[in-house]
Amino acid sequence: MEKAMIELLKNGVDETLYMTLVSTLIAYVIGVPLGVILFVTDIKGICKNRIINFFTGAIINLIRSVPFLILLVALLPLTRIIVGTTIGADATIVPLVVAAAPFVARMVESSLKEVDSGVIEAAKAMGSSKLQIITKVIIPEAKPSLLIGATIAISTILGYSAMAGFVGGGGLGAIAINYGYYRYKTDVMLITVAFLVLIVQLFQEAGLKFVNRIDKRLR
Amino acid sequence: MAAYVEFKNVRKTYKTGEVEIHALNDAGFEINRGEFCVIVGASGAGKTTILNILGGMDTLTEGSVCLDGVEISTMNSRQLTAYRRYDVGFVFQFYNLVQNLTALENVEMATQLSKDPLDAANVLEQVGLKERMKNFPAQLSGGEQQRVAIARALAKNPKLLLCDEPTGALDYQTGKAVLKLLHDTCKKTGMTVVVITHNHAISAMADRIITVKNGKVEKTVINENVKSVEEIDW
Repeated sequence: MEKAMIELLKNGVDETLYMTLVSTLIAYVIGVPLGVILFVTDIKGICKNRIINFFTGAIINLIRSVPFLILLVALLPLTRIIVGTTIGADATIVPLVVAAAPFVARMVESSLKEVDSGVIEAAKAMGSSKLQIITKVIIPEAKPSLLIGATIAISTILGYSAMAGFVGGGGLGAIAINYGYYRYKTDVMLITVAFLVLIVQLFQEAGLKFVNRIDKRLR
Repeated sequence: MAAYVEFKNVRKTYKTGEVEIHALNDAGFEINRGEFCVIVGASGAGKTTILNILGGMDTLTEGSVCLDGVEISTMNSRQLTAYRRYDVGFVFQFYNLVQNLTALENVEMATQLSKDPLDAANVLEQVGLKERMKNFPAQLSGGEQQRVAIARALAKNPKLLLCDEPTGALDYQTGKAVLKLLHDTCKKTGMTVVVITHNHAISAMADRIITVKNGKVEKTVINENVKSVEEIDW
């Protein structure tokens, strides 16, 4: 394979990692508070609030029900306002975050729901404030599950980032589409897919290893 | 002199749709300071409701509840949180320890809340877990976990220790050992201890026995002939 192609693939891997990790990070900054809000305002939650719970849930469901490819195109004006351009890796981050944050919120919510209600009751009985119950009991107790959720979120966002190649996004997805699909270069297609598989495997395995180390719950 | 704990004409009504359920109906009793008190009754009699009201976890519909001269029944939720933080310690049937914290960290979580806590490591030593402080709950037996839970409640140095079926999930011998620990704590430190149980045999070791039936206190008996845990069987 010629040198230019190798250089291209190397760039593609870098861009994919950059898009995936930055998007995941921002999605978590937005998604964790949303997930916590969903959890605590639930009927059985510690700050029961029907209205907030309903509206947060409705907005999340609304965004989640739009297919990613449609969202990608629909968000182009917003992307232009925020990043200044609609092509390249930076431009892909905007729709990735918008699509991933509600997904992360639901993942976080379901992780928090796994926490034994007895432990929350005990924290309440001890006289912990609501903030202390969230930060000192619920989140630490859900940490292993939250991390498993994060590995799943990374794989999903990686998949989304590849899709963005269709509308001018960067990374391995763009290479697979532009060279492998439009120019019938099957070898490039296979190599990019192999790289994507490898990256998903790496994150998944490393994530699970780490979780097994920190999980002290009954097994 | 007024009693340490006063529970007067308490009514607690739960509404589920159209139906009203009286969990407690004109229930009343008193407990003196430093007593080992057992509240006994069948499932659904209202024992846990009494404990939750006494511990500031639940509010009441009618009546009044006082601890050490302070009325609890009129407190708002912020005051109740402070009350739970400084004045009561809870022990649950299923321990309810934080699984991702060690025994010591679990106790420290409680001491960080209190104004006047005991030393977490010392309390764990007192309950016989000196060697297990660094262990996680999953590495401890049921009896040991309950000891951690008791240490967690005691370390806050509360006025009142409330135990909801503390031996309910333990085998016979372990259960007895936990009861002995609670009784010894009561007698050595002068802590007022309230234990809820459906097991009548346990009441033989109490200074005061409160029998609850259908949301009412059926009778309160001062036990003249207190037996040690070793002497009772069930």
